[in-house]
Formats: sequence, C-alpha cells, structure tokens
Amino acid sequence: MRKLQFHPCGAYKTSYFEELHIFSTDFGRLWMWIGIVLLFGVLPFISNAYILYVVNNMGIYAIAAVGLNLLIGFTGQISLGHGAFFGVGAYAGAILATKAGLPFYIAVPLAGVMSAAVGMVFGLPSARLKHLYLCIATLAGQFIIEYVLVQWESLTGGAMGIVVPSASLFGIDLGNDRAFFYVIYFCFVLMTWIAVNLIRTRIGRAFIAIRDNDRAAEGMGIPIFPYKLLSFAISSFYAGFAGALYAYYTMSITPEPFNLWLSIEYIAMIIIGGLGSIPGSVFGAVFIVSLNEILSHLTEYLMNVGVSTGVAITIAPLREFVYGLAIVLFIIFEPKGLAEVWRIVRSSFRLWPFSY
Amino acid sequence: MEFFLQLLVSGISLGFLYALSALGFVMIFKSSSVLNFAHGELMAIGAFLFLALSAWADLPIVLAFVLTLAGSFTLGFILEKFFLRPLIGEALIQVIMLTLGLALMFRGLLLFIFGGDIHDYPEFLPEALSMQWGNIQIPGVFVAAIIIGILFLILFGFFFKYSSQGIYMRSVADNQPAALSLGVHVRRVFALSWAIAALVCAMSGIVLGIINGINVHELSSIGLKVFPVVILGGLDSIGGAILGGVIIGLLETFTGGYISTSLREIIPYIVLIFILMVKPYGLFGLVEIERV
Repeated sequence: MRKLQFHPCGAYKTSYFEELHIFSTDFGRLWMWIGIVLLFGVLPFISNAYILYVVNNMGIYAIAAVGLNLLIGFTGQISLGHGAFFGVGAYAGAILATKAGLPFYIAVPLAGVMSAAVGMVFGLPSARLKHLYLCIATLAGQFIIEYVLVQWESLTGGAMGIVVPSASLFGIDLGNDRAFFYVIYFCFVLMTWIAVNLIRTRIGRAFIAIRDNDRAAEGMGIPIFPYKLLSFAISSFYAGFAGALYAYYTMSITPEPFNLWLSIEYIAMIIIGGLGSIPGSVFGAVFIVSLNEILSHLTEYLMNVGVSTGVAITIAPLREFVYGLAIVLFIIFEPKGLAEVWRIVRSSFRLWPFSY
Repeated sequence: MEFFLQLLVSGISLGFLYALSALGFVMIFKSSSVLNFAHGELMAIGAFLFLALSAWADLPIVLAFVLTLAGSFTLGFILEKFFLRPLIGEALIQVIMLTLGLALMFRGLLLFIFGGDIHDYPEFLPEALSMQWGNIQIPGVFVAAIIIGILFLILFGFFFKYSSQGIYMRSVADNQPAALSLGVHVRRVFALSWAIAALVCAMSGIVLGIINGINVHELSSIGLKVFPVVILGGLDSIGGAILGGVIIGLLETFTGGYISTSLREIIPYIVLIFILMVKPYGLFGLVEIERV
C-alpha cells in the first residue's frame, strides 16, 4: 500500500499535476466515500416520505445548479434563462416519453441534448458581445421559451401540460420516491464527477481563462466564441437533464414553474453557494430548497397564528424578500459564498489550536 | 384606416412611456456601466411613495410630488452608499447580481406592504391636456408623458454634454481608472447618478401609475421591458432610448392589433434577439471595437 497523504504545513507542490488533484489528502477521498455510502445506504432508509421528497428535489436542483455554475462561475457569462432551459428539458423529456415512447434512460440524456441545442441558439449573440449582452439575450430567451411552452399546444399541451408515465429501468418500476432517489442521486454523482473533472481538462482551463481575462485568453490562442458557446451548451445540457428528471419525478408538468423566478432561484443558489465552486453549487441548492421549505412552514405557522388577528401572510413576498436579502448579504460580505465559509470552518478545525 | 391611426397614436404614446422609464436605466449605465435589474422596482417605489403621500396622507399634489422626488433622490444615495459602494472595483457580475438581489428585496417589501392588487391615484391632471383629432383621441396622461419625455431628453442631453458633472459621468463610464487618476471624484459621480436615476424612475413610475394603475408586478415587468428598448436604441444613448421606446411601443400595439394579443407581450424580446444578432450596439450606441 502506498503512503497516505496528509496536509503538509505549507505549499510543497512540485508539479502542475499535483496542483490539479481534486483531493489534496487521502482523508478527503475517504470522506467522500463515507459520504456516498451514507447517502445511498443510510439516508433513504432513515428519512420519512416528506424528507425524501425534499432531498430528491435538492438533488434535481443541485444538478442544474452545477451546470449554471459552470457557466457563470467558471466562464463568467451570466444566464438569466436557466429556468427556461430546465423547462425545455422537462418538456423534451415528457414529449419523448409520451409521443415518441422512448424509454427513460434514453429520454433523459436526449432531453439534455435538446436543451443544449435550444440554449446554443440563445447563446449565439455572445459571438459578438461581452457578458452583459448574453445576460440580456438569455432574459429574452426566458420569455420566448415561456411563450412557446404555453402557446404550442399541439406539442406541449398548453396550460394543461403533459402527464408523464412513471419511469422504469430494466423492468423495475421507479414510480416511488425511494426508487427515484437512487436514480436522481446516481445521476447527481455522475454529473458532478463529470463537472469536477471537466474543469481540470483543457476545456475547463479555457473557461477559467475566459472568465479571468478574455482579451488575454484570446491573445494566448484560445478561441473565445466556440468556448463560450460550448460552456453555454454544457450548462443548458445540465439544466435540461435535471429538467427531464424533474418531469419524471413530478409525473405531470405545466409551463408555470419554469418562469423567470426559477431562473433567479438558480442564480441565488450559486451566489449563495459560491461562484466558481462545484461543491458550492450543491451547498446552494441544499440551502435554497431548505429555505423554501422552512419559509413555507413558517408562513403556514404564521397563518395559523394570524387567523385570530386577521393577518394574512402569503409566502411569495416573504420568499422574495429573504432571497433578495440573502443574495445581497452574501455578495457584500462573503462573495465566495457558503463554499468559502465551509473552507474557513474546516481549516480552523484543522489548524486548531493555532487557527488565525 | 381609423383603426390604424388609433394604433399608431397609442403606440407612440406607449413608446414615450417606455422611453421615459428607460431614461433612468440609461443614466446608470452611462455613468457606471451597471445593468440595473432593480429598475422596475425603483419605479414601483416611487409610484407607491406618491400614492402613500397623495392619497393616504392627503398632502396637496404638488407637495406630494416634490416630496416623492426628494425621497427617491435620497433612496438613490442610500442605495449607492450602502450596497454599491462596497463593490467598487469588483467584477461587474457581482454588481449585476446585487441589483437582482435588491430587486427581489424591494419587490418583496412592496408586496408585503401594499399587496399585489392594483391601486389608483386620485384624478388630478387637468382635462385640457387630452387631445381630440376627429375620432382619434389621446388621453391627457399620454400627452403629459410625451411632454415630460421630450423635456427630460433635452435636459439630460445638455446635462451630459455641457455640465461638469455630466462630463465626469461620461468619463467614469468610459474608463474608471483613468477618470480616477485624472482627479474625478468617482464615488460622488456614482452616488449622484444613482440618485438622479432613482428620481427619474420615480417620475416614470408615477406617470405609468396614472395610466395603468399602480401594481408591483406590472411595474417590474415594465422594468424588464426596458432592456429591448435600450438595446434597440443603443445602451448608452438617451436619444436612442426615446426612439427605441417608440419603435417597441409601435411594434407592440400593431402586433396586438393585427396579429395576436398573446404575441404582443413577447414581440419586444423577439426583436431584441434579432437586434443582438444583427446590430448589437443598437441604432445609436457607441460601437466598441474589440476583437475578442
């Protein structure tokens, strides 16, 4: 057995290859395996139906948030249409499943590919323009896609939506929450693994170079536009993939959830989680989904209390205010998000009692 | 023909409303190149402040109007001081995200205080403002919007061209470090431009509120419609904002009148995508030649 790696008390890296390691110590890898075992072996059996539902949602959101972080956090291009691309994926998955009758394991990746294709159409303006304009183009994309989802009734069923058959894999029905938990989290682990490794490749380094200084990147021979478009396509693919999973999970979809608000929710996730950090996007997804649940319980509670006093509190304003406040506070005080907080907490444990 | 003329007139008036609401946006973009996503919410704040002062506190209209403008001016200062100043020198993405966060916060607050219903101002515009041409009539508010729009166009045109503050603003927008090293007080320029922008927003919010009634959702969706308007006109051109507003307004009313009403809401964004692909700096925008 080879020698185990521990944290050295300083930077002793002697090659770029070492710099690219995902885990700097073997403990990190060990913790990851412990986490995966707990996730798959313990979590679905100790949690009740409600918790499982929330956890499943977290997984779906986390996949899409990882995709958005590849675009905003690593390539520096803002997208305000991620919710719509999520919706395109959901509809593509649903239509492929019902009209084309494709099996689950083909429909979901194919929905991701379709979503990527739609995303690239709206990414085209970035050919000539900098990030400000891509942000506006995707905003337009958001509205146009919403319109198409409602109006193209022959394909999308209009406001009535589509009922999706429950997924099945190798003859096993995946209709219940626990079975679908495994599907979602298998995809989640796979997609996160792809994202983490993508950043270490030539493509990922090109993304980061474009984010840090696009002129310098161009000067060093990185073709900016193809890489921007590629980043956009990958991000839309993640959104579409997650959207298709969402369609299979909820079993019936309507155009309503895929509005601008959802796009903003995704942006909130990655800002709060940490721009330019894959674990950050997962933290953000967990944070936002839990926040949603806490707020809806809180308003329910306040409604019950407030019945006697005649105070009616609806969830929407409260939610918007709290999201806005969270975004503003994180940007001003901790622009690197929860991922940075997590790093600080960890290192202060590691350096105890001499932490600074 | 009469239908056509009525659509034409209402399109132009709608366009001036868009142009008026785009002015504040262009103001901020011109001085700090920040895309302000809280634009619609700033308009809503102005409109509701005026509502609270004029209808609920029962102040005279003129006093309420002046107080609203003063309040928005202060709000702009406060916003800049507490939220945007810590971000000077940070990446633009952070600033844009921050305005998005502010937009959510404001919308939540306004919905919490005033609810999502439509509120109305008491009648106060003089009847003489409305015009009648044969069968075509233009309501007084639209005339007021056009007058205010043109007035502000001229005012801002002179402000940016000749006043020292206006020149500072343009210099800061063009190159922040260079302006700083030449002795421009960048922080004051930012504060002033946010304050003026908030003031203009409040005014356009009030005008919009008089026409459609005041509603948080309505005003914030108009705040987003500013994007097609300013992109069409050129992001940093005030004259372009007016022309862009009129073109978008005409497109909307004609699409609504001749093709379909559901397409009406979406046509500005389709135009936006098209413009971005064909002529990305708009009709009058400053073309930045940058080959990346």
